[in-house]
Amino acid sequence: PRRDRAVCAPGDTSVLAGLYGPAEAKISKELPDRAALEVLLRPKVGLPGVLERSREQLLRQTCEAVVLGVLHPRTAISLVLQVLSDAGSLLSCCLNAACMALLDAGLPLTALFCGVTCALQPDGSILLDPTARQEQEARAILTFAIASSDRKVLMATTKGSCSVEEMQQCLAAAQRAAGTIFQFYRDSVRRRYSKC
Amino acid sequence: LSICSRTVEPLEYYRRFLKENCRPDGRELGEFRTTTVNIGKCSITTADGSALVKLGNTTVICGVKAELAAPAVDSANKGYIVPNVELPSLCAERFRSGPPGEEAQAASQFIADVIENSQMIVKEDLCIASGKLAWVLYCDIICLDYDGNLLDASVFALLAALKNVQLPLVTINEETGLSEVNLKQKNPLIIRKHPVATSFAIFDDTLLIVDPTAEEEDLATGTVTIVTDEEGRLCSVHKPGGSPLTGAKLQDCITRAITRHKEVKKLIDKVIKSITPK
Repeated sequence: PRRDRAVCAPGDTSVLAGLYGPAEAKISKELPDRAALEVLLRPKVGLPGVLERSREQLLRQTCEAVVLGVLHPRTAISLVLQVLSDAGSLLSCCLNAACMALLDAGLPLTALFCGVTCALQPDGSILLDPTARQEQEARAILTFAIASSDRKVLMATTKGSCSVEEMQQCLAAAQRAAGTIFQFYRDSVRRRYSKC
Repeated sequence: LSICSRTVEPLEYYRRFLKENCRPDGRELGEFRTTTVNIGKCSITTADGSALVKLGNTTVICGVKAELAAPAVDSANKGYIVPNVELPSLCAERFRSGPPGEEAQAASQFIADVIENSQMIVKEDLCIASGKLAWVLYCDIICLDYDGNLLDASVFALLAALKNVQLPLVTINEETGLSEVNLKQKNPLIIRKHPVATSFAIFDDTLLIVDPTAEEEDLATGTVTIVTDEEGRLCSVHKPGGSPLTGAKLQDCITRAITRHKEVKKLIDKVIKSITPK
């Protein structure tokens, strides 16, 4: 089984992602026509709770949308994410770590994705990749997973309430910022493979 | 003419209907199932507030119990709201008895987020005496029959049950320092916002259908849930992975959600009016 890891750290938030698979699946978990993807998110302190389960579901369904599971039926792909430090924008950091782990493992993907967090500040301005402090002061925090193929929205989740126009503006800002993150992916991969 | 069986090739069977812009149960793509709600005494008599919601076959019951507790040290003037969604094994074959599965936990987190985001109940309103006594509202949402669209039904049941809650007046006796509960004087909860959820299923990466049944959810390639309040503000956009969508398609979902909000609000107002004693 292939074992690969990726550390993603915007600012001081860092998440370690380890991907195992495609490996043999337990009979109770195997799917006859596709790979069974499993995501485990471990918080920095404490046991995983309902919030982690909810995030695991978001990450799992986002990864399932891009991984070509039909090429590896009856196998299991496990993605384990360990939060090393949290200074804001944690979910988008997890998304980026997950995507880089998928890339590093060489799994067949239809598209890459990146996570972008937008904070709507009380005065109406949009801030990307907010720190923990900015997240607390913000009116609303929107996290999007943007696909690389056509900048479509793979995953969206919001905290706090906002108007429809504000959401569309945040989405547009996130789609623009996605380009920078994909360039970062390309540079990291180039750096990794230029050494060997 | 090839024979397309519903059990052998469900996706092909569905595609035939979707091509004609309708669904096997006769609904259009943007049509909801019949929604009925039963509030108050008809549901759970031992709870402080309860409601039973039926969305087609999906049946969800919500019971709210209010208890007293000391507020947390760092938020001395806030009460607690604790939602819990349960998917017992009686509601569908896929749920086994035992610890809550991922779907139940994710739904519980979603409901907690909706309450927090929409500010439907402000926690400061639940405080009786700052630092000493506050209300804890345990909201238990139990699915009795699972036929898809759990989140919409749960949010609706929660809203209806909270509207039904009557809290007795609690005062703290100055001399003894103990709380005194006056069961004869009851006040309804202050509900500031009325969030309503609308769920969509994405088929074949392009088609959006509203209010999916369990069969449609299994065949779908993604789901989107939009929660709006009465001012047209978005309380939650919940798209847990699945097929990618453009901003325009998301906008279509939001527009439909805003229309749905009006329908649901009218229904809930009608039911509340019918049960309030004049």
